[in-house]
Amino acid sequence: MFIDVFVTPFADYEFMRRALVGSLALAVSGAPLGVFLILRRMSLAGDALSHAILPGAAVGYLVAGLSLPAMTIGGLVAGLVVALAAGAASRFTTLREDASLAAFYLVSLALGVTLVSLRGSNVDLLHVLFGSVVGLDDAALLMLVGVSTVTLVLIALFYRALVMDTLDPLFLRQTSAFGEFTPFLFLALVVLNLVAGFQALGTLMAVGVMMLPAAAARLWTRDLAVALPLAATIGALCGYGGLVFSNETSAPTGPAIILAAGVVYLISMIFGRAGGVLRLKRPRRHLEG
Amino acid sequence: MNAAAAAPAIRLLNLTLGYDRRPAVHHLEGEIAPGEGLAVCGPNGAGKSTLLKGLAGLLAPLGGAIDFVGASPRAAAYLPQVVDIDRAFPIDVRDFVAMGALARIGLWAALNTAERARVAAAIETVGLVGFESRTLETLSGGQMQRALFARLIVQDQPIVLLDEPFGAIDEATIDDLLALIARWRAEGRTVVAVLHELDIVRRAFPRTLLLARECIFWGDTRDALCQKNLVQARAMSEAFDERARECLRDEFDAKAKLHVH
Repeated sequence: MFIDVFVTPFADYEFMRRALVGSLALAVSGAPLGVFLILRRMSLAGDALSHAILPGAAVGYLVAGLSLPAMTIGGLVAGLVVALAAGAASRFTTLREDASLAAFYLVSLALGVTLVSLRGSNVDLLHVLFGSVVGLDDAALLMLVGVSTVTLVLIALFYRALVMDTLDPLFLRQTSAFGEFTPFLFLALVVLNLVAGFQALGTLMAVGVMMLPAAAARLWTRDLAVALPLAATIGALCGYGGLVFSNETSAPTGPAIILAAGVVYLISMIFGRAGGVLRLKRPRRHLEG
Repeated sequence: MNAAAAAPAIRLLNLTLGYDRRPAVHHLEGEIAPGEGLAVCGPNGAGKSTLLKGLAGLLAPLGGAIDFVGASPRAAAYLPQVVDIDRAFPIDVRDFVAMGALARIGLWAALNTAERARVAAAIETVGLVGFESRTLETLSGGQMQRALFARLIVQDQPIVLLDEPFGAIDEATIDDLLALIARWRAEGRTVVAVLHELDIVRRAFPRTLLLARECIFWGDTRDALCQKNLVQARAMSEAFDERARECLRDEFDAKAKLHVH
């Protein structure tokens, strides 16, 4: 019984194994980025960027059909353009960055839906919006794993710069040549992971494996060196749990994975040792001094 | 800690700094000698913080230039007026102070024994022993300011730029930090500080620049802070003139020089 539910589907079906590898790769690199997004108070920027990717993917789709490289490059370009344009708009106009980002991603999303609807059937649109982790071919899988590897290597290489830029951006800008470059590197990594994720989970869900495990991890620890691997682990477990749930109930995989992460987040919110409801509502006795 | 032995002179050459073409520091000319202790005083909106941002290399001049004779703006350790630090960030005091070593160790090297010792010494100098493992959010305002000064010590730069370092700080802390500034001066470092507390300026800074967008007076502190100069500085209009025209002073000066010949 236990084995039937938790092991057999992956042993029997290759598409389940592929789905598992894909969602593990996505969680392992996306969740640590999510931790940084939360620390930078940019939790919603990930969401906005995930919407912004759509028209690029749509253009790729219009040009080449359901082709992975075309849609990936399109999504990558659109995401980076919106991220840079929002940054530039906030620098050169009176609107702040959140307003610029909201404006750009809304236009971008509408443009994307329009472009897809102009040509494809609604089934195709659903595929782009909600992805399909069970339909991963070799190319898609290689890209997911490649993006995950590149992301983890770059986070490790630029860890010190990322931490300092999050904590005290002015200090980094004044003391180091990396100060101007680090925010762009970070945004590029976020866009890259979202683009990789939309193949598997869809544009709307890709941001979920980034934010929910990260938010859950922050409720358990105040230590960044613990939060990053913890978020990745939670993300990976949710990917696995979501696939099992989806296999049992034939719910769509993307939403199932995000829902699994949502459950972990709710549990963390109640029981989390570093800021959960129970800990805050029932504090232990105060100390002597 | 004697890397500061050779502080460069800083020359301000007809320097105009500002935002959106609006000058906040207008045609400032002068030299900060190596090892000088210079206080920058003036009313709110006089361009004091802008001047420090310019000296720290964070703001490109609208006109003129800053000449760090034989050095780069990164040779300055800078404490901004409003420190944009998220105090809830999960980092402890020791790691925070160690950030000051960035310019020497870069992004990849580990803190070696010497750097660790430097960090420990800086924490001891500012009186934060025992706070090493505390996170920033558990610090009071004064303790946070001490931590920021400790980071400046670890930076160990020949030029130190302080923007209103004593706002909302108690007297004991001010005395400790003034002693530290005196030590920096004794080590030959240049210290430029924006200050509103004129008694502190008189106590600790031999030279003063009185600024009200334009230079009112730049010289010895006791001459700078006389009643006449202070009244003149206070008379500065803070608001922008909405219909201000382009400033043609440089062209006029150039013509004037031609006429002399």
